[in-house]
Amino acid sequence: MAIPWPWGGLRWRSAENVRRAVAGLRVRVAIFVTCVNDTLYPGTGKAVVRLLRRLGHDVGFPAAQTCCGQMHFNTGYRAQAVPLVKGFADAFAPYDAVVTPSASCAAMVREWHPRLVPAASGTASRVYELSEFLVDVLGVTDVGASYPHRVTYHPTCHSLRLLRVGDRPLRLLREVRGIDLVELPGADECCGFGGTFALKNPAVSSAMGADKAAQVRATGAGTLCAADNSCLMHIGGTLSRAGASVRPVHLAEILAATEGAPA
Amino acid sequence: MSDGAMPTYVGMPSFPDAAREAVGDRRLRANLGRATATIRAKRAGAVAELDDWAALRESGKQIKDHVLANLGHYLRLLERRVTEAGGTVHWARDAAEANAVVTRLVRATGEREVVKVKSMATQETGLNEALADAGIAAYETDLAELIVQLGDGDRPSHILVPAIHRNRSEIRDVFRRAMPDAPEGLTDAPAELAEASRRHLRAKFLSAKVAVSGVNFAVADTGTLVVLESEGNGRMCLTLPETLISVMGVEKVIPTWRDLEVFLQLLPRSSTAERMNPYTSSWTGVTPGDGPRDFHLVLLDNGRTDTLADEVGRQALRCIRCSACLNVCPVYARAGGHAYGSPYPGPIGAILSPQIRGIGSDVDASLPYASSLCGACFDVCPVAIDIPEVLVHLRARAVESGPRHPLERAAMGAAGWALRSPARLALAQRVASASRNVVGRGGRIRRLPGPLKAWSATRDAPAPPPESFRAWWARTDGGRTEEDS
Ligand code: SF4
Repeated sequence: MAIPWPWGGLRWRSAENVRRAVAGLRVRVAIFVTCVNDTLYPGTGKAVVRLLRRLGHDVGFPAAQTCCGQMHFNTGYRAQAVPLVKGFADAFAPYDAVVTPSASCAAMVREWHPRLVPAASGTASRVYELSEFLVDVLGVTDVGASYPHRVTYHPTCHSLRLLRVGDRPLRLLREVRGIDLVELPGADECCGFGGTFALKNPAVSSAMGADKAAQVRATGAGTLCAADNSCLMHIGGTLSRAGASVRPVHLAEILAATEGAPA
Repeated sequence: MSDGAMPTYVGMPSFPDAAREAVGDRRLRANLGRATATIRAKRAGAVAELDDWAALRESGKQIKDHVLANLGHYLRLLERRVTEAGGTVHWARDAAEANAVVTRLVRATGEREVVKVKSMATQETGLNEALADAGIAAYETDLAELIVQLGDGDRPSHILVPAIHRNRSEIRDVFRRAMPDAPEGLTDAPAELAEASRRHLRAKFLSAKVAVSGVNFAVADTGTLVVLESEGNGRMCLTLPETLISVMGVEKVIPTWRDLEVFLQLLPRSSTAERMNPYTSSWTGVTPGDGPRDFHLVLLDNGRTDTLADEVGRQALRCIRCSACLNVCPVYARAGGHAYGSPYPGPIGAILSPQIRGIGSDVDASLPYASSLCGACFDVCPVAIDIPEVLVHLRARAVESGPRHPLERAAMGAAGWALRSPARLALAQRVASASRNVVGRGGRIRRLPGPLKAWSATRDAPAPPPESFRAWWARTDGGRTEEDS
């Protein structure tokens, strides 16, 4: 991915260097928390703020933000999505970079906002999913986190096949102190969430979720990690209904965790 | 499209209803899961062998797009070349016209039996049923098609392996019941099943005077038709009978022989994971003293030019029917092919059927939603059809065109209203947070009301948190006045 960032090609060796470099550049970074995280998973948003601050970045939260319009757009309610796209572009226009803890929303913004509202393309191009921002923009994979648990990682479809974040989340996770990262069999297969698909095709969606949950349990991991809370809500809800004790935890929360402040 | 466009599938239930039944069928799920996992892995291996796969895929896409942009030109050229080579070309606006042409041609020979090879287009038109109505028996000669045809009331469930929903003991039972010349004591050993069908078909090939075939590619430049298959039955059907009638969707035309170079690499690797296709037959018109004496080509529109008029949806016409998208689709693997209510199951069916048939019926209106938009289909498609993009596009068309799902429409309207304003969103969040102890126990909700029941039947939902992110931000100045942030 091309990064419209004057120092995007540089790679820092440590979080300490990043802190110093970024502090000197006075770049305005905002968090797009997403409507789902805002409403249901505030801990994920707080983790992003804590993590970026630890790396030396101050983060703004333009309170005018609401939703990227993905649910409406993907369900066919295009006319309802357009005002949300415009609202997004207005809310984030003053910022140099927008970081979001959702691969799915990042994909919606970068891929579709410019096509729905051409004037939104400038803002849209400055939106990064968290792992992209850390690895590509800040050039860091060791974020100084500590998470002494057995973790398996589910690469969500939109991070894998829309945003193509590749192994960035795994590179970040591998550097976490104390983590026992175990591979998830059939990792690239969809968990069956699919937004309103989960409601419109509940039988197929649940069958996919059950298969994914079984794969997660087979790893013996106590934590299931992903870069999207909506998928975690689906797999986690399936696991919880089955009485499994696996804990769904967003990537941001693992990366924000330290020995002093565990997740 | 008229109701008669795909007569066999009238009155199909909507996708979610049909899929629910399939999901409950454990044997079907096991058969499908195993079969698609195997072919998926093999395809990945076959594609990985070529380091220019991305370029080939781009070429395939470009050639098809070029043809679609100049379809009239290439079809007229094809007609001229086929005619010059001694064939006859017929144009069919829809299924009924195509069936009428074929029926008339068979009648003119005086025969009452035809053998068939590799034809999705005639499944689309329901030709076998139309011929049966005219007192003409059609015999499918692809092994899997034969299994489906002999299995009373059965339907194909996969493009390439129409009987993928059957395992071998079921196939043995079908043969024992419906194949008159099946040997005594037939077991479910693959070799025995293959031998039984081979003998059964051989008799048909030797006696048939008329054959009906599909077409994989039609080379406009030379008027050459090309069929790819892997059992040799195509060779038999295309050479032994006296009359050959080929039915092709108009989008199958390609400009020159050179272009085959691209597709003969893309198709076998994508569909059967083979480096080269086993039997590739090509013929140009008729040749005195060799092969059929009478050759007819039926060019079928049946909703294709309507599809071509849709700038986003038209990419579905690039499809070369490799079935790679079916084999990677997690929805197909669980719902099975029959739920798609057409000869085109899986992701391609979900975007093709609603376009060529329109979204008038329950099943067609539900097909664009038969996907979690995971994108696996786009990744493997050898002609780069962005299936998720077309699905979302067709969803918008469905929403804009019809009064379906009033509840959903109301919910989407309400959600849109709340999300358009940060103040309204914040209010909704406060209401949710206030209700957290009522709706959730131990941080989770086990039962949701109304349409959300579809979620909570199998999945817990998280209880709303004590405060939203934005409430936290406002209260703590983004965590600055909070110690532990
Ligand atoms: S849509 Fe693409 S992957 Fe699916 S059958 Fe057609 S060519 Fe193959």
